[in-house]
Amino acid sequence: MLAELTVSLWRGGKDGRYETYHVPQRASQTVLDVVTFVQRHIDSTLSYRFACRVGVCGSCAMTVNGKPRWTCRTHVSKVAGSGHLEIGPLENLPVIKDLATDMEPFFEKWQKAQGVFAPSKTRHEEIEQIRPDSPARRAVDAAIECINCGVCYAACDTVRWNADYFGPAALTRAWTLLNDERDAGGTARLQAIAGSGGCHSCHSHQSCQELCPQALNPTAAISGLKRRTTAAYLKGEIKA
Amino acid sequence: MNVRLYLWQRATAALMVPLVLVHIAVIFYATRNGMTAADILSRTHGSIMWASYYGLFVAAASIHASIGVRNVLAEWSPLTDRRAGMLAVALGLLLAALGARAVFAVVLS
Repeated sequence: MLAELTVSLWRGGKDGRYETYHVPQRASQTVLDVVTFVQRHIDSTLSYRFACRVGVCGSCAMTVNGKPRWTCRTHVSKVAGSGHLEIGPLENLPVIKDLATDMEPFFEKWQKAQGVFAPSKTRHEEIEQIRPDSPARRAVDAAIECINCGVCYAACDTVRWNADYFGPAALTRAWTLLNDERDAGGTARLQAIAGSGGCHSCHSHQSCQELCPQALNPTAAISGLKRRTTAAYLKGEIKA
Repeated sequence: MNVRLYLWQRATAALMVPLVLVHIAVIFYATRNGMTAADILSRTHGSIMWASYYGLFVAAASIHASIGVRNVLAEWSPLTDRRAGMLAVALGLLLAALGARAVFAVVLS
């Protein structure tokens, strides 16, 4: 094992640059540990974002040696075979400072994709019975564990090329709601994701499913949305 | 890309699958049998079947290609969606005109 890691960290805003630091290498060290070491022992002005450190909150995603990753669950030994780490802010999002990006566009697109549950009942009515083995619930189960880390959004070529594209996470959220039997926002949601920036802009490059830390498959969810919106359009339920 | 353009592009792609296969089979048939241009034109001249076949092919290809080029322009060039759409329509009309001219030449002239 190397005694020391050479770490390049992005410093500054959009027009910043990489600066090099030397960090002691340790067993079971994560990329977030490396960033935290720099902030606590070398340069306290380093800005980055994290919260839970155990892969639940989705706050600590960064670009690590060219790929977006959740840094708290990414071991250095997995990504820095040569002893060198290059850590930058997530792609496709505005840089606030250093390793922290502005996630507002990411969450605005959740809103545009109608990623909000629309209740079909009041609290005074009986609770809907959902069979765990129903096809709709199985589709939800396969896509529901998104932690909003933004890795798929940063990995997506279509997001890079098309500023209006909602991105894999927002569309996966829409897919889970469309398959939620309790939700009443289906037609409005299909209408929202059938337009410019919606599911039909996806090129199925599958970077999202390759890099999703939760092993979800947004490409499959988006394919489902393409089928559902196309069927709704042919039936005249939505307009182009 | 919206659902309407998506549907047109996928439908024309599906339509062109058998059309391309038959087109390639015809090319192999014509070349392997040593047919001259005159031989081919004698068979296609006045044929409603070949006029319909290649007329449909030209229409499908024009629609399919123009939607694809619109996407490429919208994503990879600084053009606005509206301008990319206008250029794509112009390309589609050009392809349709060139294709129609070829069909006309093979079937009617």
